[in-house]
Amino acid sequence: MLLARIVGTVVATRKDPRLVSCKLLLARPVDPDGGNAGNHLVDIDTVDAGVGETVLIVSGSSARMAAGMKDMPVDAVVVGIVDHVDVPGS
Amino acid sequence: MQIGRVIGDVVATRKDPALVGVPLLLVQPLGPERQPQGRPIVAVDSVGAGVGEHVFFVRGKEASFPFHPTAVPADAGIVGILDHLTLGER
Repeated sequence: MLLARIVGTVVATRKDPRLVSCKLLLARPVDPDGGNAGNHLVDIDTVDAGVGETVLIVSGSSARMAAGMKDMPVDAVVVGIVDHVDVPGS
Repeated sequence: MQIGRVIGDVVATRKDPALVGVPLLLVQPLGPERQPQGRPIVAVDSVGAGVGEHVFFVRGKEASFPFHPTAVPADAGIVGILDHLTLGER
């Protein structure tokens, strides 16, 4: 899973019918210390995350194992809101 | 499977119900000489690994198999702790 920061929301009117009423967020992967570490990605939110929060993103086919994502056309889902990351010595 | 070192742990209160009670660890993937390779990832732990230990982990949907029959939404999972590793002639 990836650590990422939510940087925005995505709105799409015309989309796969299974995605109707799914909340789409724009996230940017981050290092454990909070620095940017990768390209933006669009993901489905299942935990009511908001802009500015650090989240846990599960990607690939595993994304469909998140709650309510069975048989959905998704490959990145927010499955947790990170309270803190402990890295001893940093 | 890949070799990595556990460098920290991740705390998330709000998360997918299937992740409740599952340890989330920050793992730095390592190369053949045990040098850091790539960006740290968050992995679920099924073997009781701790910070500083060398481990091997699986990527993809297989990461959730140790928790069967619970469908844990994970794309990386620690499945073993390295006692030692011998690298032959290359």
